[in-house]
Amino acid sequence: MTALMARARRRPRSSRLWPRVMVLSVVTALVLLPFVWMTSLAFTPEGAAFSEVRLIPAQPTLENFATAMRVANLDTAFINSAVVTSIAVLTNCVIPVLAGYAFAHLPFRGSKVVFYVLISTAAIPVSVTLIPLFLMAKNFPLAGGNDLLGSGGSGLLDSLGGLMLPYLVGTMNIFLSRQYFAGMDRDFAEAARIDGASEFRIFSRIYLPMARPLIALVAVFSFTGVWDDFLWPLVVSTSERSTTVQLAITTFASTGNVKYGALMAATILVSIPVLVVFLVNQRGFISGLSEGGLKG
Amino acid sequence: MPTGAPPRPRRRRPHGKPALFGALFVVPAALYVAIFQLGPVLYGLVLSFTRYSPLSRSGPEFVGLDNYRSLYGDPEFGRAMLITGRYVLQVLPITVVIALGLALLSNRAFRGVGLFRTAMYVPHVVSLTAVSMIWLWIYSDDGVINQILDLLGMAGQRWLSTEDAALNAASAMRVWKALGSNMVLLLAGLQTVPKDLYEAARVDGANAWQQFRAVTLPGLRPMLTYVIAMDIIYLAQGFTEIFVLTQGGPYGSTTTVNFLIYTEAFQYNQMGSASAMAFVLFAFIAGLSIVAIRVGQGRRL
Repeated sequence: MTALMARARRRPRSSRLWPRVMVLSVVTALVLLPFVWMTSLAFTPEGAAFSEVRLIPAQPTLENFATAMRVANLDTAFINSAVVTSIAVLTNCVIPVLAGYAFAHLPFRGSKVVFYVLISTAAIPVSVTLIPLFLMAKNFPLAGGNDLLGSGGSGLLDSLGGLMLPYLVGTMNIFLSRQYFAGMDRDFAEAARIDGASEFRIFSRIYLPMARPLIALVAVFSFTGVWDDFLWPLVVSTSERSTTVQLAITTFASTGNVKYGALMAATILVSIPVLVVFLVNQRGFISGLSEGGLKG
Repeated sequence: MPTGAPPRPRRRRPHGKPALFGALFVVPAALYVAIFQLGPVLYGLVLSFTRYSPLSRSGPEFVGLDNYRSLYGDPEFGRAMLITGRYVLQVLPITVVIALGLALLSNRAFRGVGLFRTAMYVPHVVSLTAVSMIWLWIYSDDGVINQILDLLGMAGQRWLSTEDAALNAASAMRVWKALGSNMVLLLAGLQTVPKDLYEAARVDGANAWQQFRAVTLPGLRPMLTYVIAMDIIYLAQGFTEIFVLTQGGPYGSTTTVNFLIYTEAFQYNQMGSASAMAFVLFAFIAGLSIVAIRVGQGRRL
């Protein structure tokens, strides 16, 4: 920092900075341009969309949003995605966090090995587990008309249970949690232990309340990961009954003649939840992302 | 727990009751990962040695190494591997170089820098499905690129239905989408480079380029390696954007391995050979990222 300040003192700060501010502004504008077009198109009346590129439509309309809601099955998709995402966020805020805490503060025989085995699964490509998971969902015992051995019916295919199956524990969250708790002092636990507090109480009453930023991070990562996922719903959802938001916009796009105005409206509606979650938590989100790289 | 323990038991490994609870707290996560992550990997490996269609009455039929052997001579799979490799190699360097430039430019406190970082990050947060929808329109025959070309008096192109253009079109979109997250990570890396090293380099008379080579790059190496490895892992699994933009076409020119696996498994119901493809892709990704990490840890970048 001293070096930067020394340099800045030599010349007025503003004149040194304006070229980079200029470049960065242009880049920002270019990067955001597709979203501007998307928004503009979503408010342009159907038919007028292709006459010319306009940033602000001449006669803005909401009709595309109505079309999108009506044609793209967005209502079912929103309910399904909301249910699946909420449950996944909930389980991810408990199971991996608890495990991460144990890896950091309550090591047991072989805990290091267990930790590395669990973490290594994060590097497995999705396509390796996709087919087995599909077959496991299909042959899930006592679900969707299946018998105890998992045959006879369609199992968890085409159901909310099937949709949420691979999302419930994110291995990256175990890693993040261990890193976070490892940075906390163990003396609190020692003191509470001497006072006779149970291990679960020590976790839930002392460490968990101090780990709110971690929980926020895990929640945001899980939310965006599950909400944005496409490949798993694509294989496990076999009818409109179990469609998700990402699936709904792609089926809408592939129905013959694409109505781009309504498609952009649907895309906006589907993206709003993640954008809101990101903008509210952006500091934690970005620092959490960086942490994975710095420590990992 | 031994009684009469020293006053500061911090350094000791907890054992006895705390360790027991530690194991207990890990059980739910470990069980889940074992069943839904590790289990499927083993199951998939077994499947890759069988011929199996979920539609047939009979179960998987063991065929030994047949699936792998036939992949070796399969021109379709070979082509998909080449396309996947080309996809990674043409998106990765461009993204990383531009992201590094932007990280260097924004590694300075000035008004609006936070806004810039947030804006750059938006394409990363919006789903691949959603951004592919936007680019589907951008690349469409009456889309914005052709409109701009038209304004400039140039002929428009069929970006997604021409063999030469389609993969490049998808690549351009991935560069755009990956820029922000790469930049944010590299920026975090830049901020760990000790500032006094720059001062020392300047005292020694190093110019900006020499400072970059001697101080910035070595300090940034761990993060740069991480970014490149993550990019390889993501890009080599390209699927969603291909599904939305081109469906693998025209004439298979954008059929990545992941797209081929999907069609093989879920359109042709060949679970065995699709699993074999998945493991070859796994080996390919692992190999490529290990090379990247090795090079990243080497003396020269």
